[in-house]
Amino acid sequence: MKLYLKSGRVIDPNTGKDESLDMLIVDGTIEKIGKKLSADKTYQVVDLKEKIITPGFIDMHVHLREPGYEHKETIETGCASAAAGGFTAVCCMPNTNPAIDDESVVRYVHDAGKRVTKGLVDVFPIAAATKGRKGEELSPIAELAQAGAVGLSDDGAPIASAGMMRLVLEYSSMFGLPVIQHSEEPTMTKGGVMNEGFESTRLGMPGIPPIAEELMIARDIILLGYIPNAKYHVAHISTAHAIEHVRRAKAEKLHITAEAAPHHFTMIDKSVESFDTNTKMNPPLRTRDDVEAVKQGLKDGTIDAIATDHAPHTIDEKEVEYTEAPFGIVGLETAIGLSITELVEKNYLTLYQLVEKFTNNPRRIVGLPQIKIEEGEVANLTFIDPNLEWIVDTNAFKSKSKNSPFNCWKLKGKAVGIMNNGICTMV
Amino acid sequence: MNLQSRHLLGLEGVSKEDITLILDTAESFKEVLGRPIKKVPPLQGKTIVNLFFESSTRTRISFELAERRLSADVVNFAAGGSSVSKGETLKDTARNIEAMKIDMVVIRHSSTGAPHFLSRVVKANVVNAGDGEHEHPTQALLDMMTLREKYGTLDGLRVCIVGDILHSRVARSNIFGLKTMGAEVSVCGPATLMPRYVEDLGVKVFYKLEDIIPHVDALNVLRIQLERQKSGLFPSLREYHRYFGVTKEKVDRAPKPITIMHPGPINRDVELSSDLADGEHSVILEQVTNGEAVRMAVLYVLGTSN
Repeated sequence: MKLYLKSGRVIDPNTGKDESLDMLIVDGTIEKIGKKLSADKTYQVVDLKEKIITPGFIDMHVHLREPGYEHKETIETGCASAAAGGFTAVCCMPNTNPAIDDESVVRYVHDAGKRVTKGLVDVFPIAAATKGRKGEELSPIAELAQAGAVGLSDDGAPIASAGMMRLVLEYSSMFGLPVIQHSEEPTMTKGGVMNEGFESTRLGMPGIPPIAEELMIARDIILLGYIPNAKYHVAHISTAHAIEHVRRAKAEKLHITAEAAPHHFTMIDKSVESFDTNTKMNPPLRTRDDVEAVKQGLKDGTIDAIATDHAPHTIDEKEVEYTEAPFGIVGLETAIGLSITELVEKNYLTLYQLVEKFTNNPRRIVGLPQIKIEEGEVANLTFIDPNLEWIVDTNAFKSKSKNSPFNCWKLKGKAVGIMNNGICTMV
Repeated sequence: MNLQSRHLLGLEGVSKEDITLILDTAESFKEVLGRPIKKVPPLQGKTIVNLFFESSTRTRISFELAERRLSADVVNFAAGGSSVSKGETLKDTARNIEAMKIDMVVIRHSSTGAPHFLSRVVKANVVNAGDGEHEHPTQALLDMMTLREKYGTLDGLRVCIVGDILHSRVARSNIFGLKTMGAEVSVCGPATLMPRYVEDLGVKVFYKLEDIIPHVDALNVLRIQLERQKSGLFPSLREYHRYFGVTKEKVDRAPKPITIMHPGPINRDVELSSDLADGEHSVILEQVTNGEAVRMAVLYVLGTSN
């Protein structure tokens, strides 16, 4: 396959490019880049005027649900959702059944990704930090790393015990794997379904106090100070004080990174008053001040990455009483639109910075090689129309699940295609 | 005589006019309750289902009597626990109700928002008989009716709600309703049972009964759930009684008599001393009677409007 990508704006922080360029791609490899290239008729022309070409985006926090919960999502449908949302790679969390706490499961998930997408979407498993995600015994971290796990996490649950967290940080430091913490002090959140604050008081809902997130991060930062070779990453950071803890730890040069989810910079806890269970996730929607802090954290670099915490649940599971509904929403297909609408259009991030949050930084965190848009490199690309205005229709999602609070939202900016390992969804 | 809503899901956001309409209507039904034959025909031919997912004796009986006195056909459905635990979803239950051509649903549920959910999926009028720790609007309406009867107006009346504010739907509905009607509302209870930012609902917060008792007309004393102590939210019933129990000794220090209210059932000599519960300033049994009148009024207003 020979492609002539014409007049796209190439934004590649790895090579410092941000200009309108033509690109010739032959069999999945970038053959030539430059201005006003010419190509013979064997090349299929794709006009990318007003579109952006970036290194392929990665969502470093998704739940693919396979193995074990295939009624919610499979690796195939999850990857289709990723592709539709503009991602050429995902890191999937280990809260499957069985959990990804054994090398065979790591290989299964990784290989299934290759098999079902034929290389269009790379699946990088994050393995459980402790056996069965129970927080009691170390998982076989060396074997998991060897099998291809790119990070360690008990996500969905915190690594709650300080003693266990110390061991995980120490042991993982031998392999350079990041420890991804779902920060929640569990003795403070039992029964909680929404952010504890004025809105939970008004609605009479059991609260999840912001301090439960902040305490766990503060504790881990102190631990990290004692184990400086470890890498620590805060998943779905959501409160102003938590962000401030990370900001200070970064100033002290600790190996700490953080990600934020689009719903935490676009929605507030007041939305829960609709009793729509698609407003129920963990960490919960927080206050207006927290939303502003997430945006500022993204702007000043305290928050390195945008990751969706894509968490599929079926309609039957979600259409129940609020307190009974499972936590989580799908996010892959709305992430770019929400980010451009809320961050780029409102001048928190430039498009260039946005690209860093979706590819360079998350790849660095999980230790994957950077994607370069250069001659001779494999074309691993995301194509975005930053000006496309569209209305979210959850029924059109490629994900098996439709649990999104963003249905009918009007967004600006959308991925219009991806390319990876010789497959291009633009043609 | 229509309310702004087809349902009574809570008192938050309900206008002064609507609350006044319900209370005025309740007064005329109270007259009916004094007659030898306590039955009127306005809901004849209407079918009402009482859906109680959480055990309750008095609220259910009060609703059922109100329904029967309005000549409605009544069906009771009681199921413990959540829809999830009993294997049928609330949505399926709702669809079944719809299929059975029910006109009105009275629902009590342990989950906040369950009546709101129901109101979105059925055509029937929905009356909230208590949802989670959220609202219990008919309880607050009967409390307001009782106070209005005694004082003539709610405007400027000083009411303190005492006890477990955090978990109380009675407290929330009373705060919303009383504030709308112009009353001055305060809350008093242990800090561990006080929701954060409750003062942003427009109430003053007290942690000592002695500080607020001299400044109120009425105390609405909440039932303390014994399981709150077991989950560690306060140290012991003895200590609770000593510091937050409403006793004759404490209220006698007020410059004038204080009206004593309680939504029932009372833990005697825990949150409220027996002498006060049975004393001359107690309106607790009046509340029960008014509860029936208020529920008749709510069902009547919703059931006869278009």
